[in-house]
Amino acid sequence: MSSEVIYKKYPKNEASNLIAMLQDIQDIHGYLHEDDIIKVARHAGVPTSRVYGIATFYNQFRLTPLGKHVIRVCRGTACHVKGSLDILNILEAELGISAGETSKDLQFTIETVACIGACSIAPVIVIDGKYYGGLTSKSVYKLINEYKKKD
Amino acid sequence: MNSFKDILSTKVPADKFIEVINGIYDGNKVGVAADEIAVLKSRISLDVIEKPVIIIGMGTCGLANGAQDVYDTFQEELKKHDIDAELTQVGCVGFCAEEVIVDVKIPGYPRISYKRVTPENVTTIIERTIIHKEPVIQKALGKYHDADDTLWSEIPFIHDIPFFKIQKKVVLENCGVIDPESIDQYLARGGYMALSNALLTKSPKDVIEDTKRAGLRGRGGGGFLTGKKWEFAYNTQNDQKYLICNADEGDPGAFMDRAVLEGDPHRVIEGMIIAAYAIGASKGYIYCRAEYPLAISRLEKTITDASEYGLLGKNILNSGFNFTLKIKKGAGAFVCGEETALIHSIEGKRGMPRPRPPFPAVSGLFGKPTIINNVETFANIPVIFNKGVDWYASIGTDSSKGTKIFALSGKVVNTGLVEVPMGTTIREIIFDVGGGIENGKHFKAVQIGGPSGGALPEQFLDTKIDYENLKEIGAMMGSGGLVVMDESTCMVDLAKYFMTFITSESCGKCIPCREGTKRLLEILERITKSYREEETEIDSLMRFQGMLYLERLADVIRDTSLCGLGQTAANPVITTLRYFRDEYEAHLYDRECPAKACRQMLTYTINEDKCIGCTLCATRCPVNAITGKRKEVHFINQNICTHCGQCELNCRFDAIIVE
Repeated sequence: MSSEVIYKKYPKNEASNLIAMLQDIQDIHGYLHEDDIIKVARHAGVPTSRVYGIATFYNQFRLTPLGKHVIRVCRGTACHVKGSLDILNILEAELGISAGETSKDLQFTIETVACIGACSIAPVIVIDGKYYGGLTSKSVYKLINEYKKKD
Repeated sequence: MNSFKDILSTKVPADKFIEVINGIYDGNKVGVAADEIAVLKSRISLDVIEKPVIIIGMGTCGLANGAQDVYDTFQEELKKHDIDAELTQVGCVGFCAEEVIVDVKIPGYPRISYKRVTPENVTTIIERTIIHKEPVIQKALGKYHDADDTLWSEIPFIHDIPFFKIQKKVVLENCGVIDPESIDQYLARGGYMALSNALLTKSPKDVIEDTKRAGLRGRGGGGFLTGKKWEFAYNTQNDQKYLICNADEGDPGAFMDRAVLEGDPHRVIEGMIIAAYAIGASKGYIYCRAEYPLAISRLEKTITDASEYGLLGKNILNSGFNFTLKIKKGAGAFVCGEETALIHSIEGKRGMPRPRPPFPAVSGLFGKPTIINNVETFANIPVIFNKGVDWYASIGTDSSKGTKIFALSGKVVNTGLVEVPMGTTIREIIFDVGGGIENGKHFKAVQIGGPSGGALPEQFLDTKIDYENLKEIGAMMGSGGLVVMDESTCMVDLAKYFMTFITSESCGKCIPCREGTKRLLEILERITKSYREEETEIDSLMRFQGMLYLERLADVIRDTSLCGLGQTAANPVITTLRYFRDEYEAHLYDRECPAKACRQMLTYTINEDKCIGCTLCATRCPVNAITGKRKEVHFINQNICTHCGQCELNCRFDAIIVE
């Protein structure tokens, strides 16, 4: 689906679809480019500031490109109790980036999520949409090195 | 005939469709042979099968444990063995700790559940159970009741094993049992019967009265009487009203809505249609978190199927009632669980709450009367109109009726989804269903109701769970997350964790929540600091000063915040302070973390007898605080050490001493 299809899908001057439009655009490009935000604002007939306001309010939207592999670390209560902070620290140390950042070679992005709702198999991380549960510090090293080797 | 849709297309009038399927209306009268329907129904509901059926739990927890691999292996192996069998997928049966759960049913034998199935077990299951018709005992979880219960007598009934024994599956009765993407399976188990009852035999007023009499209260947190809420919208005159399903399950530690949406989505839709009929709404939205991709895709299929069967859209079941449903994806904001914030988000704005009144029931989405209920509330509706108001009201306590689903997680043996009648004690849930604390450790606390709830110590284990009892002891029902903690969890750290969460999720509109929670977090951060990080005496004084103001600040935030998120934001601090004051004091006065969880307060040294000089800790140390030659004892420089704990996590010889 290209951006044009998205603009056709949603009627012009209809502000209630802003979030859905931004989500669709982010699905294609992985992030929201400045130009896209301006285009969306024109299409919906609202000031650019409002679209920017939405894009920065919701955790889902990002304004910088994503790495090839997106690692989402769950920081829910159950995961926290089971040591997800350690998991996050290991990932940060191994990849040399902090949560919310993308590595310079654009290979990895680490994000934290409030809760991904898989509490029964905590601690959980999601890499490229695949769930990994019941992690320990050792299995995280193994896992991340497998992904590193893939490239 | 292969599907119920064929019946619908053979001139059965829409209003008789569900009654014909359920044998209440004589099928012959409308030209469908009744016995033909009975055969179809028993085939769809897997009561009578002609070939083996393999049912794999493929909810999010199942998939995380490798259900997809198991599914693929079954497909391959069945082909290899040249066996004609049906492979289907179901949602989560609730026993997440034992996933991947695979059920096998072969003709003439009971349905048997296998636990912790890996691709390596697939051949064994196929050869032993499907070919030789005998159970694989060491993998068996239990069997379901069948025509002949004496078969495979060595396997216990699944409802008799401790995890399921005290549970009462009302809302979850289909989860993990039926294929969530098959509308026929839902119909074969009496689905949409409640809708037909309500739409064709009751007036909207009656539906509201019945819901009120049943005593159903909102399962999302507040516990407001659902029927009463509907009455407000019913009494508001307007040409357009809206119904919204709040599926923005943002509470960290709660996943019951996800499981219901993934495991039995038609039940939620059915409940919504009945509610829409009651209040007179013609348009509805399901606001679902984007973090639940599987739930969203299943909902899309559910809405398409229900529309094709004439259960959504224009003139539903020939009753003259119209209702259309749309999905709106949330974008990751916890505050959108709040009614008015959610409405703003659907309108395409920043999800910020506004003062009430006017309540959404009077002026909500696009300024029109709007009713918002959560997933579990809607999932309760069909059963009220299926089994009757009196049956429903007989479950639970005086003030809280029905069952409640809890998401049991944390340091407990059997994690998963638990549905019990209101009035069950916390002890029964954690120790009887949950099997107690893992690794033989001791129970310390249980966090009920997510960030708005509270941490309860051992003395409240025998509290009977209902809305009032929990409120009395400082917690709340919330959405029903139960996170169990053992002695290795630090309660100050827990309070700090929740405050970190709240400060990042606060929408920023009102000052008490935006600024107050930030100050609370700072106070907690100061308490958990060690001497090393303090530069001046002022820092030390600030610690004590913060502690003095902690309670007052928490009270002000509670009393003056705009929405529920802010008003309850300080609850984790208030309850941990009330019940675990000694831990706060240990941090404050002794600079010690009794649970050894607050890293900054710990000192890491190397045990000279155990260190073999493998250099792993030195390479993993992010600040190069560890020195030492290969095959020689290493040393940690305390002036550089940042207490990240990486050395301890990585040491394979237990050589790091943590004090």
